[in-house]
Amino acid sequence: MTNDLLFDFTVDKSTKTVLIKREFEAELSLVWDAFTKSELIDQWIAPKPMIAKTKYQDFRVGGKRFYAMISPEGQERWALQEYTSITPKTNFKMYNAFADKDENAELPGSEWDHTFSEENGKTIVSISIYNESLERLERILDGFTKGMKMSLDNLQNLLANLSHK
Amino acid sequence: MRRDIFQAIADPTRRAIIALIALQAMTPNAIAENFNTTRQAVSKHLRILTECELVKQESQGREIYYSLEIEKMKEIDKWLEQYRKIWETRFSQLDKLLATNKKQKK
Repeated sequence: MTNDLLFDFTVDKSTKTVLIKREFEAELSLVWDAFTKSELIDQWIAPKPMIAKTKYQDFRVGGKRFYAMISPEGQERWALQEYTSITPKTNFKMYNAFADKDENAELPGSEWDHTFSEENGKTIVSISIYNESLERLERILDGFTKGMKMSLDNLQNLLANLSHK
Repeated sequence: MRRDIFQAIADPTRRAIIALIALQAMTPNAIAENFNTTRQAVSKHLRILTECELVKQESQGREIYYSLEIEKMKEIDKWLEQYRKIWETRFSQLDKLLATNKKQKK
């Protein structure tokens, strides 16, 4: 995989917004699908070794996606997304919040805005994520790093056991 | 008790205090004038910020001045860098998915 694709990541602490811009080596309709169809989202959104599982998705304004990020130990972190605006193949906005397994959202969440554009067969996606609370950002990261650390610990234990034999 | 830096910035009043003293060292009274809370509430926030080592105190005569520990603020940047890495991983997974789907389409 070539790694010369554009990738911008900036954090504006004063506006509590994370701005992400990334170029993809694919036509717009494919990239749009990868961001809006749950069966595709689930295949890439969780950084390994986490996995993502969508319970249901209704991609229309006012519709929701209810999903979990699952750690290698099987720990589930549920979240609820509500689509607030959709302009097909151009832009969509959603509100994302952590939730319990019964779909009760924990507010505040974050506001996500995705914009898609195509140029010379490449697609650029611009994402802005507004977080009311920076603490919330920390919890996102905490979940991911815990998941990763645990599986690394497991691997280390496994290797230690193997080398003792 | 060792406190977490993210606990420090989790509270809106504490974030406002950080923004204030980032510009200049200030006394607790001068800081309190900027808020609609009691002097005690501001003192409590300052204590938490001090425990997080995000602010430092300096005595000048009879007054205590609070100022920002710039180095400590950089920890937040480090932590954001980790968040950036999560997105890098995500996107490289998406690159692979797109490459696979492209082939299937052809």
